[in-house]
Parts: sequence; C-alpha cells; structure tokens
Amino acid sequence: MAMLEVNNLKVDFDTPDGTLQAVRGLSYSLEAGQTLGIVGESGAGKSQGVFALMGLLPDNARVSGEVIFEGEPLLNLPEKQLNRIRAARIGMIFQDPMTSLNPFMKVSDQLTEVLVQHKGISRKQALQESLQMLDAVRIPEARNRIHRYPHEFSGGMRQRVMIAMSLLCRPQLLIADEPTTALDVTVQAQVMGLLRELQQEFNTAIILITHDLGVVAGSCDQILVMYGGQMMEYAATRDLFRDPTHPYTKGLMGAIPRIDEQIDELVTIPGNPPNLMNLPPGCPFCDRCPNAEPRCYHELDPPEHFEQGRIRVCNVPREAIR
Amino acid sequence: MFSFIIRRLLVAVPTILALITVSFVLMHAAPGGPFTNERNVPEAVMENIEAKYNLDKPLWQQYFIYVGNVAQGDLGPSFRYKDFTVNELIESSFPRSAYIGAWSFLFVVVFGVGLGVLAALKQNRWPDYTVMTAAMTGVVFPNFVMAPLLVLLFAVTLRWLPAGGWEGGQVEFIVMPIIAMATSYIAQVARITRSSMIETLRSPFIRTARAKGIPRHKIVLRHALKPALIPVVSYLGPAFVGIITGSVIIDQVFSTGGIGQHFVNGAINRDYSLILGITILVGVLTILFNAVVDILYTWLDPRVRY
Repeated sequence: MAMLEVNNLKVDFDTPDGTLQAVRGLSYSLEAGQTLGIVGESGAGKSQGVFALMGLLPDNARVSGEVIFEGEPLLNLPEKQLNRIRAARIGMIFQDPMTSLNPFMKVSDQLTEVLVQHKGISRKQALQESLQMLDAVRIPEARNRIHRYPHEFSGGMRQRVMIAMSLLCRPQLLIADEPTTALDVTVQAQVMGLLRELQQEFNTAIILITHDLGVVAGSCDQILVMYGGQMMEYAATRDLFRDPTHPYTKGLMGAIPRIDEQIDELVTIPGNPPNLMNLPPGCPFCDRCPNAEPRCYHELDPPEHFEQGRIRVCNVPREAIR
Repeated sequence: MFSFIIRRLLVAVPTILALITVSFVLMHAAPGGPFTNERNVPEAVMENIEAKYNLDKPLWQQYFIYVGNVAQGDLGPSFRYKDFTVNELIESSFPRSAYIGAWSFLFVVVFGVGLGVLAALKQNRWPDYTVMTAAMTGVVFPNFVMAPLLVLLFAVTLRWLPAGGWEGGQVEFIVMPIIAMATSYIAQVARITRSSMIETLRSPFIRTARAKGIPRHKIVLRHALKPALIPVVSYLGPAFVGIITGSVIIDQVFSTGGIGQHFVNGAINRDYSLILGITILVGVLTILFNAVVDILYTWLDPRVRY
C-alpha cells in the first residue's frame, strides 16, 4: 500500500456569489521517499488540494473524498488529532518565507516550539536540535543567528529556515507549496538542491507544488498536471517530458522558451483559465484546446490508463493530439 | 533607544512652546476677559486688578512674562479662584482624576482586549454578536447619559452606592465614576482588538503555525496577540491621556473634584492662566504618552527601530 492515497478529493468554497469548485475529484498516490510534482497555472487548485490534506483551509471550505496516510484516514479529522500529525509526520513549506515565518517571533522560538510541542523535550534540548537542523540546511553561523528575527535573514536563508522548521521532527511526507517561487533563480537552485539532499538523508516523500516545469524536471519522480481543479495527465517525469500526451501538457512544454533558439515572440497558450464559479460541463480546457472536438464542451471521458502507470484525461485519442 | 528618547525630549520643547503660543493668542483674541463680568467696579479698582495680573501691559509683554514663569514651573495665579495658584488647583484636582483614570484604564485594557479577542475567536457566533452589540451600545451611549443613569440605578433606586463625593477615593465613591469613564473606551478597544485579531489570524504565518501542529490557544497567545495589539496600542496612547485627565461630566455628576471641571469652568470664566495651565498639562502628557507608544512599538514589532 502506498504511503499516501488520495481518492476523489473535492474542495468547494462557499462564497457569497456561489460555490467555487477549487478541486474536482483529484486522485493520486505517493510512495515513501518519492517526489510528486503537481504543476499547473495559478488557480488550478494545486495549493487548495494539499491544504485540504492538512486541514488548513478556511472555514468556508467543504472537503470531500478520501485521503489515507500510512493506513489512516486524514480528511476532516478533529483539530486535536490533526495537530499530532502536522509537522510531526507531515511537514509543510510555504511560498513566501517573508510572510510565512512569524515576523514578530525570534527564529529560535519558532523552531523550538515545534520540538517542544511534538517531542515534549525541554526548550534547551530543542534549541540544540534546532541548531543542528540549521547547520543541516547550511545557515552560516547558526549559533549567532538563531536568536534573531526573520527580517534579519536574507530571502534564501529564510526559506532554508522554513525547510529546517518543517524537517525538525523528520516527517515522512513534506509538502512544499511553491517553495522557490519567491526566490532568485540562483537561490532557487540552491534550495532545490538542499531539498533533494535532505530528502535522501531522511528518506522523506515530497509533494512539490509549482508552476515552474524547470523545477519539476530536475527533482520529481512523477508529475501530475492539473487544470481547472482536475488532473489532466500523470506520468513519470521522463515519460512526460519525452512524450506528453495531453494537449495542455503539450501547450505548457511549448511555452518554455529555448535558450538556443532565436525567437521574436514568446509562445503562450491562448485564452484564460476557466472561471471556477462556473465551470463548463465537459473538459475545463476545451476553450483553449487546439484539439477540441464538439463533445469536449459537454462531456469528458474517464481517466485513460496506459503504458506503465501513465494516466491521461482527454477525449481525443493519443495519436490524434497535435 | 537612548538617543531616541533624548531626541524626543528635544522636540518636545518647541512643540510645547508652539502650543502655548497658539493657545495664548487664541485666548486673547476671544472677546471679553476674566473680569468683564464684575459689576459696578470703580475704574481705579479695575486698573488695580488689571495691574496685578499684568493685563495692563502690552500683549507681547504678557506673553514673555508668562513663558518665563512657566519655564520656572510657575503657571501663575488663577484669575477666578483668587486664593489659589494654577499649580495648586492642578495639584489638588489632577491626582483625583488620575486615580479614577488609572483604574479605568486598567479595566479598559483588561476587558477591552479580552472581549475583543473573545469576539474574534468566536467570529460570527453568539459570543461575537453579544460582545459587538454591547460594544456598539457602549460606543453610542455618551457618558452624560450613562452617568445620571448609574446614579439613578445604584444610588437612588438600589441605594448601594453614594451618589457622589470623593472621601479620599474610597471604593464606593469611585466605582460609578470608573464605570462611566471606562465603558465607551472598553467598547472602542474591544472593536479595534476584534478586527485586528481577525486580520492577524488570516496571516500566512498563522497558517504556518497551524501547519506546525501548535494548538489554537498557543497560536493566539504566542503568535497572534502581539501583532494584533499594535493598532490597539496606537489607540490607547492618546486615549490614556484623555482618561487620566478626567471628564467634566464625571466631575459634575459625581462631584469628584477632578480636573475635568476646570477645563470647562476655566474656559467659561476666561481664566487665562487656568486654561493655559491645563492645556500645557494635557500637551505634555500627550507628548509623553505618544513617546511611550513609540517605545512600545519596538517591543511589539521587532522590525521597528529608531
């Protein structure tokens, strides 16, 4: 059995203007020590889908479906039980470390409270372990820096503090929500390298959420492409890049500019993502799809499993995709 | 920090001087004077009185004499209470107002912040609605309505408390003044605290704390309270000055003999030195507590440095 099984996960938000369908029946699984990349545009439901696992959605969210983590159901658990899993068994890293770390608390307090909470050790011991973890994420002079506030760290260092914080209890699963989006490109590479290294050291599984295909290409075992709250394609990283079988995946790949080609204009996918308040009954991508057939507008075939462990959700046969 | 305090003190001097100047000019520009109401006073006597208070000298001379005296801590004799200096009037009345005010302030902080946090945590449920309805009532209920109603209820109908007086500030004499003083401030602080706390609880760093498995009460106390208090402190600094310098309503209704009555009486009587003396007192306190607020910011928000 896989470490994490997500079946038919749905997230709806009740808003004054109606129901917003952020995630519509998402299913995937993840083995220990593996990395799953979830890619898609803003508003594809990537983040809401993982916030749902951790019970981090706002009060107006409704979550349904089934999530099994290490044999136990995870969805809609009472706060008290969730708190025993959060950080202890599932760690989380957020997009912007400037706002995700508490600017009003010393880094030392933010780190040690995790250990005091979950391991019940003394503050002094917790400080020692926190220092070791800061060394592990290569914060220079951690001993002097630990008692400072987040704003006294650089952007890259803040995200490394965030990573250290999420790994303090050696969780089996780490959810990284756009961990490098707020960072410089050079710092991005450092942070991704660090994550991979720590993953091997602690044998942590990672769900990596990003809209940057370059980031997933270098670090993920499997990739799940999302659009309009649904899975579009799922494959091993190499297969997906070698042979994308979904028009949306193809569009994404085509939009990556190549450094060795002279071009006048950047390639984009024409059109805009669908309105989540008012989704088309068929395929969410139909409006922008170069292969769309008339029936795509009102129906969508069930997921097609093919080759080894590949999945695609598209009405148009693989061979016919342009 | 030390240089910040020194700088603040240096800026305070010209600010106070400007305050005195503007008040002095405005006061003398208003028609009438302290002795225009005295009837049937012979010319010679009037001249003597005016000479005694330097009113016969040109305005600029009066101004410099006054500022010179103030620099030595002398606020001059009262024009109206002829046996008292302004210093004596303030010394006898201000401690009473400050005493009532200090207790009121304590209740304002404890109940205002407490109820505001409660309402924020139970947002859109009955504790929130109860607190906010009560707070709205408290805000719109002026203390000149509140004070007589308190007297009617506790002194006249129930006969639990004396209707007024001071008696060295014994508990039964200051209960009603404190309630009358604190109510609207509690309401205001509760409203500010509530909205600020709700705002803070939506921050990304609170989501991080939740993702860390920290229980809710610890998130509120350790992560959210300090940032949520920043707007409250901004409000409480100036409010504190208003609270400890009393209120004419409370002094009138409860005969507490505080400094609040002197504000209004001084103005009505054209008691030049009393008006200026109280203006200076309030000005100094305002400058002082704005500085205290600024110093509190550095404790609340580590990013603030002077």
